[in-house]
Amino acid sequence: MNIGSQMLHALIILFAAIFTDNILLARFLGMCSFLSVSRQVKTAVGLGLAVVMVMTFTIALDWLAYRYILQPYAIEYFRFILFIIIIAAFVQFIEMVIERYSPILHQNLGIFLPLITVNCAILGASLFMVIRQYNLIEAISFGFGSGAGWMMAIVAMAGIRERLNNAKIPRGLQGPGITLIIAGIMALAFIGFTGVLSGR
Amino acid sequence: MVRQKTGHVILAALWGDNPVFRQILGICSALAVTNLVLNTAVMGAAVIFTTALSSLTVSILRKWTPRIVRMMVEVLIIGFYVILFDQTLKAYWPDMSRNLGPYVGLIITNCIIMGRAEAFANGNPPGLSFVDGLFSGLGYACVLLCVAIIRELLGMGTLLGMQVPFFSTPLWDRWIIMVMPPGAFFTLAIIVWIARTIQPDKEPKKKVGI
Repeated sequence: MNIGSQMLHALIILFAAIFTDNILLARFLGMCSFLSVSRQVKTAVGLGLAVVMVMTFTIALDWLAYRYILQPYAIEYFRFILFIIIIAAFVQFIEMVIERYSPILHQNLGIFLPLITVNCAILGASLFMVIRQYNLIEAISFGFGSGAGWMMAIVAMAGIRERLNNAKIPRGLQGPGITLIIAGIMALAFIGFTGVLSGR
Repeated sequence: MVRQKTGHVILAALWGDNPVFRQILGICSALAVTNLVLNTAVMGAAVIFTTALSSLTVSILRKWTPRIVRMMVEVLIIGFYVILFDQTLKAYWPDMSRNLGPYVGLIITNCIIMGRAEAFANGNPPGLSFVDGLFSGLGYACVLLCVAIIRELLGMGTLLGMQVPFFSTPLWDRWIIMVMPPGAFFTLAIIVWIARTIQPDKEPKKKVGI
């Protein structure tokens, strides 16, 4: 494949990951933090940015580890544990770097980083990358696109929930119940993109 | 005394503290694999297997685990059981393994298992921890099955792929939306709504800062 068509393919994967195959609304990954940290737009943006950054880098690291450590020794089944360790180590590392060089960024992003280790969207993206056999460029654009799609969904949800504060909601439906229903309506909207692009 | 305590743990795990409606934990896979009852049953079995055995192992090792590396040890224990299940499934039922895709691996980050290991198995004897893990997994699997039954029945008009009276006949107009992603959100929302209406939260909702 020449460079041009490869870039085009990577671009298609990027947009497919954001719209048609949104990691949150179509694949249901990262729901826990999506439900609990979507009360305010500001925090949602912070968490979203942290997810985009961590996902893009860890998917590249996971790709390298899979290709150059797991495959040569035929121990692919070890990937779950290795990926988790890479994600945890990367989050720890990036937290130290940010704390050292940018206190402002650390103040805004710092509290979200530990949450990310347990965000299943990060591990899920890496596992999808293995199943779909992406190459490195495709993997990075998939990671970035998935992160961006996740961020878009959580920011939109936070915007809607800020408005909902004044609404009268039945008792049993308050909190997670209504959030799930809104997520369902958002997922319906995203179905509209189906068939426009395919990143497979 | 011991029997009473065990009964209490079982009841709490199945209803009072049910991971899905009470704590809204671990619902990623609750939504993703519930479009067919068969997939859900296998996923539920995987979660029960992992929670029960990892709670048991964490509890047995609790006296020898230094506090600082506790989380890491728990992740490794959970990962070990998940790999065991994943490899077995891949060897004996490759089609199912392909259907479930990455979601079996994602059991590692399923908050329920880590939550039980942290909250219960760390401070309780192995036998009781095993029961707690087993029934927490079972409580989770039951909710998953409820969601799956509703989705498959309304969406495909079948159960476990078999014909059902009325729903499989042309009288029933299939709600395709139920087997697509939005159906999962709506079904779970309604189940949570029902559960929380029957038994409202005891303590007033804590406002979480973040």
